Amino acid sequence: MERNPIRRQLAIMRQSLFDQGHVDEQFVQLEELQDDANPNFVEEVVTLYYRDSARIILNIEQALERKPFDFRKLDAYMHQFKGSSSSIGAKKVKAESTLFRECCKSGNGEGCMRSFQQLKKEYATLRKKFGAYFQLARQAGPVETASRPK
Amino acid sequence: MNVSSVKGSMSISSSTSTWKAGDTISDQFPAGLRVLVVDDDPTCLMILEKMLTACLYKVTKCNRAETALSKLRENKNGYDIVLSDVHMPDMDGFKLLEHIGLEMDLPVIMMSADDGKQVVMKGVTHGACDYLIKPVRIEALKNIWQHVVRKRKNEWKEFEQSGSVEEGDRQPKQSDDADYSSSANEGNWKGSKRRKDEEEETDERDDTSTLKKPRVVWSVELHQQFVAAVNQLGIDTVPKKILELMNVPGLTRENVASHLQKYRLYLRRLSGVSQHQSNLSTIISAQDPTFGSLSSLSGLDLQTLAATGQLPAQSLARLQAAGLGRATAKSGIPITLVDQRNIFSFENPKLRFGEGQQQHMTNKQQVNLLHGIPTTMEAKQLVSLRHAAQSVGNMNMQVPPPGPQSSQNNPLLMQMGQQQQQQQSRGQILVDSTINHAPRLSSMGQPILSNGMATNVSSRNGIPENIRAPGYSQTPSMLNFPMNHASELPGNCFPLGSTPGVSNLTSKGAFQEDVNSEIKGSGGFMPSYDVFNDLNQHKPQSWELQNVGIAFDSSQHSNSLQGNLDLTQSALGQQGFSSGQMNGHNRSAAVASKAVFSTGDVKELRSAQNVNQHLNNLLVDNTIRVKSERVCDTSPANIFPDHFGQDDLMSALLKQQESVASSENEFDFDGYSMNNIPV
Repeated sequence: MERNPIRRQLAIMRQSLFDQGHVDEQFVQLEELQDDANPNFVEEVVTLYYRDSARIILNIEQALERKPFDFRKLDAYMHQFKGSSSSIGAKKVKAESTLFRECCKSGNGEGCMRSFQQLKKEYATLRKKFGAYFQLARQAGPVETASRPK
Repeated sequence: MNVSSVKGSMSISSSTSTWKAGDTISDQFPAGLRVLVVDDDPTCLMILEKMLTACLYKVTKCNRAETALSKLRENKNGYDIVLSDVHMPDMDGFKLLEHIGLEMDLPVIMMSADDGKQVVMKGVTHGACDYLIKPVRIEALKNIWQHVVRKRKNEWKEFEQSGSVEEGDRQPKQSDDADYSSSANEGNWKGSKRRKDEEEETDERDDTSTLKKPRVVWSVELHQQFVAAVNQLGIDTVPKKILELMNVPGLTRENVASHLQKYRLYLRRLSGVSQHQSNLSTIISAQDPTFGSLSSLSGLDLQTLAATGQLPAQSLARLQAAGLGRATAKSGIPITLVDQRNIFSFENPKLRFGEGQQQHMTNKQQVNLLHGIPTTMEAKQLVSLRHAAQSVGNMNMQVPPPGPQSSQNNPLLMQMGQQQQQQQSRGQILVDSTINHAPRLSSMGQPILSNGMATNVSSRNGIPENIRAPGYSQTPSMLNFPMNHASELPGNCFPLGSTPGVSNLTSKGAFQEDVNSEIKGSGGFMPSYDVFNDLNQHKPQSWELQNVGIAFDSSQHSNSLQGNLDLTQSALGQQGFSSGQMNGHNRSAAVASKAVFSTGDVKELRSAQNVNQHLNNLLVDNTIRVKSERVCDTSPANIFPDHFGQDDLMSALLKQQESVASSENEFDFDGYSMNNIPV
């Protein structure tokens, strides 16, 4: 069937998301919630995540423009962001959030800036990958569950 | 206790059945468990909702704590468990936890991406049943039903303990098991737990009896003397000096010390109604199981009474869990305490007063305080009373209120009692007095208390316990502060004329009447502290009589009640009443009380509740934790319970038990006649 190559490719894409550390086990949890009643659940959640987290990113950016840094506020924002990111299984983004928070806690303004830049990069990369993935998923139809990442 | 009474006990079975009635059929449990999930993060919320639905739960989601609270308040029995995020923009998750604990006594699970030890500990101290680290996995959610069951079980156990300790009647427990079979694991663990509890109770009882001291009842007069002494010496004085100044024969320094402690908390609460800290501590203290100190009977009685009238069976069960249990029963009160403690102890898990958690438990001896004045009949007490009452099987205890209102009151109590016919009458007695005296206060008190509690959630772990023991009905501040009206203070409560902001409900005799009527709603909130007109000083908002569900029917029943109080009180009362009771332990009581009311009452309650809703909206929300503190009933007329020592109560109760069905008293006590109680 012509869907098979697509599905095959989808599976490969999915696996690479895991292998490259972009997503973790939590992503599988989302996938398992997807069913016939909600065939695009994962995509919906990720879309919601990007929409909502964009707001937080903006808040952090604005806060980083005010000197001196309000570390408490920055930390609070990042905590929020981290919670969101971890709930969709965005592994690298979550890791970077943790680093950012550590910089906040130690009052390391430079570290915060650097970490935030890195975080935005990861965030954007993941978004692209998700975009491609879900686009393919829609073409493929119901997604099979690939092997779990180690 | 007779089996029938147990079966009839509304609290337990009703709570169970209520729960069942929701959506679940017992054998399908935990499917249909009604979960309320609160999280400001839409992504998380969406995922959680999906996960919970996948677990076959019935999910309601909120993205704001305020919304969640109002949902909970609108439908008190509509949810079985709450899942809440810790960090939310409009309200701190722990604050929400506190509110829920106070008002609804539902199990709450906290969630956060933060897995730091401090935060998790905070969850523990504030009374969360569990703490989940985000990202939450579905496996973690599959088992949350255990918290619902556990809570119910504990409530039941509390009830049992409080009820049966004195009587040493363990039989009901077994039957309770049968009743309480809605939970999945009920039969098995319940039975075994019961037996274990019984053993514990027995042990405790033995200890208690050896240590029993004659209970001191803080009558209105006595309290007035106390207040006068304190005013003269200053609030920072020592109990010894107060004792000397009061010069009351038979009063010990310990009595004064614990009373002073409560009083201080009460004052703090009043003054800092808008400040969380002080309030909380006060409330906690107030709520503190006076039960504990009431050692069992009084505490239980009050609770029972309170519970009877006010708490629907469902809430009763909760109340039971709340730990009213008897002071003797370790598990009894402690649960209540613990809940309270958890709720309130935000920052400071240590017992504030340096009393161990067990303190209240062992406060039986201290129970003497406030025996007669169920000021601190906090929800817990009421709950325990309720339990006690239930076990005794006679909830119709009513302190014969003087005057015409008594008839009014009695029906109320009767109603309450009837519902709980089978329940222990013990609780009733106390509750009655409490109710009689402080219906008004209770309603008022609640708001205040909730205020305090809400605000003070901080640390006062220890406090609740202390307070509990003496059954300080000081909490009445919560209950019966007729915020604006305050003019009529129930005579029973401490006539804290000087207490600012606390409307002294110490109404002179008239209070009783009011109380009676109010009791209806509030199931005996006894304004422990006289709510003076000073209450006006407090901003009404501080009260947050949100759930002052005390069905004050002041207009109808209590002539003496100030007119202005009526509606507010009733509205507040009802809500506060129910909410007050809802607090921690009181939840069940509040609910139960509602159920207990007769149809007429129910209607009133409902309307009152509606009014309350509006009032709540008017008042500052969330600040008041209406803890069903049944303020002590300090109406002079009803003080006679004050004269009962624990022993007396026990014997009275025992007697009562024997004549459960007989409502010989004019007061509609089931077999409980104040006159019969040996003083």
